Amino acid sequence: MSVISRGGPSPHGYRLLQDRRLPVLVTASLFVVMFGFGAFRYQAYGFLDAQVFMNLFIDNGYLLVAAVGATFVILTGGIDLSVGSVIGFTTMLTAWLVEKQGLPLLVVAPIALAVGAFGGYLMGYVIHHFEIQPFIVTLAGLFFFRGLCLVISKESISISDPAVDRLAQTHVPLPGGSFLSIAAVVSLVVLAAAFYVLHYTRFGRRVYAIGGSEQSALLMGLPVAGTKIAVYTVSGFCSALAGLLFTLYIQSGDPLHAVGLELDAIASVVVGGTLLTGGSGYVIGTLCGVLVLGLIKSLIQFEGTLSSWWTKIATGVLLFAFILIQRTMTARRRG
Amino acid sequence: MSLSSLWRAATQHRLFWPVAALIVLLLINVPFTPGFFEIHLKNGHLYGSLVSIVLFGSPLILVSIGMTLVIATGGIDLSVGAVVAISGALACLVVSKQADQNSVAGVLLSFGLALAAALVCGAWNGLLVARLGIQPIIATLILMVAGRGVAQLITGGQIITVNSDSYSLIGGGYWLTLPFSLFVVALVVVLSMVLTRRTALGLLVEAVGGNAEASRLAGIRSRRIKIMAYVFCGLCAGVAGLMISSNVSAADGNNAGLWIELDAILAVVIGGTSLTGGRFHLGGTIVGALIIQTLTTTIYTIGVPTQTNLVFKAVVVIIVCLLQSAAFREKAFGALTKRRNPARKDPGASVDAAPQLEVSP
Repeated sequence: MSVISRGGPSPHGYRLLQDRRLPVLVTASLFVVMFGFGAFRYQAYGFLDAQVFMNLFIDNGYLLVAAVGATFVILTGGIDLSVGSVIGFTTMLTAWLVEKQGLPLLVVAPIALAVGAFGGYLMGYVIHHFEIQPFIVTLAGLFFFRGLCLVISKESISISDPAVDRLAQTHVPLPGGSFLSIAAVVSLVVLAAAFYVLHYTRFGRRVYAIGGSEQSALLMGLPVAGTKIAVYTVSGFCSALAGLLFTLYIQSGDPLHAVGLELDAIASVVVGGTLLTGGSGYVIGTLCGVLVLGLIKSLIQFEGTLSSWWTKIATGVLLFAFILIQRTMTARRRG
Repeated sequence: MSLSSLWRAATQHRLFWPVAALIVLLLINVPFTPGFFEIHLKNGHLYGSLVSIVLFGSPLILVSIGMTLVIATGGIDLSVGAVVAISGALACLVVSKQADQNSVAGVLLSFGLALAAALVCGAWNGLLVARLGIQPIIATLILMVAGRGVAQLITGGQIITVNSDSYSLIGGGYWLTLPFSLFVVALVVVLSMVLTRRTALGLLVEAVGGNAEASRLAGIRSRRIKIMAYVFCGLCAGVAGLMISSNVSAADGNNAGLWIELDAILAVVIGGTSLTGGRFHLGGTIVGALIIQTLTTTIYTIGVPTQTNLVFKAVVVIIVCLLQSAAFREKAFGALTKRRNPARKDPGASVDAAPQLEVSP
């Protein structure tokens, strides 16, 4: 962060400031510093154990998937507030279909994913074709899916299906004696896929182009309508997948699961250096953002005496700091 | 004036559709609750469904009025729910620490502290938006996330209960046979209407919302106007927080005012204020807030399972937004709505419409 305050005048510093990768680097170094702090402070409690690091992925895999979906939307300059509700709805739907209807998970999972993607598609369609602000449309989506959760059941449904149980307990061993859960592996696969799509496909270039300037993209002849709708579909799909992972993680469906998770997802994306105005950012930054938020939770757990609400306050402070950095960067670039 | 032109004049009025929706919603209740419109006088208090709609709706009306002004400046305030929680938590904490919880001075002190906290929250939002130029959604998102944490910090993660008659007056008490909160709401409504419509302030707010840069060049201190709007919104949320906590005589940092920001934004949109800023209609907002409260009450009275409340709300939001969208009306009603207001201040629409013709094959 000291780079920002000192770097203005010199040409080298100026180039550094212009580099779009800077926020990702700042977040990554913040993660390293925080991790070093944790390692120093909780050495005696085994903080340096490789499993502590792997647990970040195990505990936040679903958030990573949701945040990757949100990255797509935010890169086009939109916003998706329905993430948390779609996750909650997916846990309910999965739990209900598996437990009350007796369907196997193999059948339920595609249904849940299709429902999430279709929800995203509908929201994208309304946003683009009827020119309503994404904020208000996805807000309606938030209400709608949370309401559907309650329509399925007001009570939480716990899943005792042996297949789900086995899947949730499966450990993927890693060299060094640590392990990852299935959900963590899936989230990393999603991350890799998103990285490939955003940086090596035409669709990815279109996403950045629309975020940079929708009008220019239109004048260049890019299929703006299809891309915008696709982006919300991707977000809906990712949210549903995150919901499935969350179901594995927590092994129940509850109408109040993942309330407010959209804020965590958006916060991860912002902390990861993606500009909320769209057009600039990296999905790797989102990974850094999720890891930083996850690390805050772990540190607070290790501290033991701090209460859970400090997580919220720390998230808020972090958001503030990173938005300030973004402001400084964009102001310099224009000026 | 013929009947049809009178009808046209009435439907053209911007309050026509919201008021019509409110009346329809109220009428739906009649077959289910025979004495829906009756108001009784019991123990010197007025009772009745209409009274309770106003009583339970008053925090929402307050928050929505503040939200209207913020949206009119082209912003949005997501943090009102957190401010509601902070103000309620602080007030209950102060009252519960006192030896005599009924003392008027102590309750007034707690109000003062809570409102001061709400003021600070509003000023913080205003500074972020107006001074640092952060997008309003994100600037207020910070306080929305952190504010809940602060509220839980104040209550220590517990639900603080108070046992004070003077404290419960503002949210659940009666004065001159009417709910006391009604007077508070009336005061705020009259104050904001006079300030915005009898002085130049309302015009300035609309100018800033229409085009902040142009209004700044025209000599309006647009930053100051924006900060004032956020501070006012914070104050309204603070008063609403006092009402909500006093109504149940408890402060819950986690759940007080949960999702009230969404209801408030909804009320503003139903009331006909565009989210893009500029023109605002306080009267419409109040009707919008009453519609939402009536919707909730209706769902309870007609025996629809309460869990469908949210789905209902979502459907209503979508319908209202679709009806407000010019693109939808054109597609759905076609030639019926040819006479559209040409001076629509939606940059997206005008930008999109022209090039699309050239690009499409």
